[in-house]
Amino acid sequence: MTDAPSTIAERSADVLARATPTTIAVRVRGLSDRAIAWLFITPTIALLLAINIFPLIWAVYLSFTNFRANRPNAEVEGVGLRNYRRVLNDPDIWIAMQTTAHFVFWTILLQTVIGFALAYLIDRKFRGHAFWTTVILIPMMLSPAVVGNFWRFLYQPQIGLFNYIVSFFTGIPPSSFEMLGSVTLAPWAIIIVDTWMWTPYVMLICLAGLRSIPDYIYEAAEVDRASTWRQFWSITVPMALPFIMLAVLFRGIENFKMFDMVMLLTGGGPGSTTEVASITLKREAFESWLTGRSSAFAIILFVAVFGLANIYVKALNKVKQR
Amino acid sequence: MRKVTKALMGMSSALVLSTAIPGMAKADELTLCWAAWDPANALVELSKDFTAATGTAMKFEFVPWPNFADRILNELNSGGKLCDLLIGDSQWLGGSAENGYYVKLNDFFDKEGIKMSDFAEAAVNAYSTWPKGTPNYWALPAMGDANGWFYRKDWFAKPDLQAEFKGKYGRDLGPPQTWDELKQVAEFFTGREIDGQKVYGAAIFTERASEGITMGATSALYPYGFKYETTPGKYDMDGAVNSPDSVAGLEAYKALYKCCQPPGYTDSYMGEGLDAFKSGQVAMAMNWFAFFPGLYKDEKVGGDKIGFFVNPKQKVAASTLGGQGISVVANTDNMDGALAYIKWFAQPDVQKKWWALGGYAVHNAVLNDPSFKTSQPFAADFLVAMNQVQDFWQEPSYAILLQAMQKRLHDYVVADQGTAQEALDSLVNDWKEIFEDEGKL
Repeated sequence: MTDAPSTIAERSADVLARATPTTIAVRVRGLSDRAIAWLFITPTIALLLAINIFPLIWAVYLSFTNFRANRPNAEVEGVGLRNYRRVLNDPDIWIAMQTTAHFVFWTILLQTVIGFALAYLIDRKFRGHAFWTTVILIPMMLSPAVVGNFWRFLYQPQIGLFNYIVSFFTGIPPSSFEMLGSVTLAPWAIIIVDTWMWTPYVMLICLAGLRSIPDYIYEAAEVDRASTWRQFWSITVPMALPFIMLAVLFRGIENFKMFDMVMLLTGGGPGSTTEVASITLKREAFESWLTGRSSAFAIILFVAVFGLANIYVKALNKVKQR
Repeated sequence: MRKVTKALMGMSSALVLSTAIPGMAKADELTLCWAAWDPANALVELSKDFTAATGTAMKFEFVPWPNFADRILNELNSGGKLCDLLIGDSQWLGGSAENGYYVKLNDFFDKEGIKMSDFAEAAVNAYSTWPKGTPNYWALPAMGDANGWFYRKDWFAKPDLQAEFKGKYGRDLGPPQTWDELKQVAEFFTGREIDGQKVYGAAIFTERASEGITMGATSALYPYGFKYETTPGKYDMDGAVNSPDSVAGLEAYKALYKCCQPPGYTDSYMGEGLDAFKSGQVAMAMNWFAFFPGLYKDEKVGGDKIGFFVNPKQKVAASTLGGQGISVVANTDNMDGALAYIKWFAQPDVQKKWWALGGYAVHNAVLNDPSFKTSQPFAADFLVAMNQVQDFWQEPSYAILLQAMQKRLHDYVVADQGTAQEALDSLVNDWKEIFEDEGKL
């Protein structure tokens, strides 16, 4: 004799169990581990194929055609490698690539240096460090749309706070320079905002790295009378290096496809000074409607990022294995 | 008893539904898509009469200007059913006609007795026909518009400024008649302090992403003699697009930008220009006539404080065309209702009310009315402008043609790269490549 189910849930479960046909229960019970694993994985694989792999294959196909999304009724013709040739021979696209490389280099450099320095300071666990950690993280929590609009106002030459602060320290009249309208200053205006927003992210990853270093290593170094500087270069940096490299990888990939911030701040201007690859791609694909050509450009970008990331991950693994 | 009640309720529900469904089908709802701006609000008001007359509910989908083309062209390209009626830009006509997005209206116009000769000829050519100028109608002219100017009449009237200007230039300080005069007036005001605020000469279009700088710069290029082709329809752009006159026009636009635009207006279009004027930063500003009724009503800068003038001439009189026609979207499920709206909208009385509410009717019954010129302080200038408008390419590939021009102009005017001649030569090369791809060259 079994005890009677005491709760509604238990009673419902019993009812369901009794309602399940015996044949199905036996069949499920008879599945192997591998079959059950496939059962769980299949929907995910199907979803991945549908939303990642298929569009990629479709884009590769389109890149060899003259298809334009705004002319769905027009005949689609194969154009061989013409789209790739045009993209690779287009000086404007190479300028956009150079602009992208410029952004990626400077943002990564600044974010890594400042982010690591902040993490190092926060790791000292001074009084109020938890509060300051939270304060530093705020920019990262904001939406890029908010950040872009917010900084647009800050950079406004007539009423923007940024120009007034620069003016206060340098004596240059606030309305005499335009951060977003000047060919030389506009790229730096974007680098400043991106650094402001994403340095906390690098800081968090570096902080995790610093916190993962066991205290006994420092204690042993103290016993050996190693100076703070020596401890920093011989223990802190090498042991945090995989984390720093990981942060660089994440930020590198993100900044390579930087779009929203540039679009909101300068729209790629003045002229084409801040037109990064993603903006050029958007213009080709959704303003000029050169779908085939933009697919070729997207594939080239994909291969470039994929190749660089692969090389980088191999280097990262080597560092981790040391 | 309960069973009887249930049965009765079931029968009555069935009866109500069976009568309601045909009723609903009769009371169609139409969705009209347009940009979100002042005239759209006037159209909502006007359309109440249509609902009252036909019982058809009107729904509106208004998209902010910066996203208008993206949103609506995506909708058309994807075969969406959002819009039954669409007030789309004149440049879209070519693509929409060739891709079958719009309904050709010739047969409908013939059947309903709607005559295109009842509308201003320039407006019909610009807003209705494809190929341009042929009697193939894809839209009914809905909103006439051109790029014009407005100025601070109260500043211009200041005796001390009048005297100073006359002493310097030997003529009265007033609305400029030519681009040379425009620059002089703009320079005169730039850097001056008025009402305790540093002011600037003129707010002009410099926007890069959509169409801003092209619409602004062509307001200088056309009067200087810019042409798209030497022979219309031949795509022979060399010597027209990059002619010495065109170069002079582009240089004039850049000179105005350099001397007299307020700081920070490096990517400005309609909204930014209005802001600059309303905040008392500029003496003059260019913008579409569509905004003029709202500006005139503005408590701070409107009324007696504002004046209007048509785009200044130089070698010739010319204005950049704005405005739109109303089309029936081919994919609509409510064709009869959409056509009924067009028929209703084409009536002279409706057009008169449209003008009275703030829409720019181009029906001859409105424009030829003796009282039209004095009906609004900007009405006479509107008439002049509409008789001298020039339009951008209406080709199916207009978007890519526009993007090329945006880039070349912004690179030269705002980013200071190269010369006007180089910018226009590059533009010719860009456009040639596009037309070669199209098989037109």
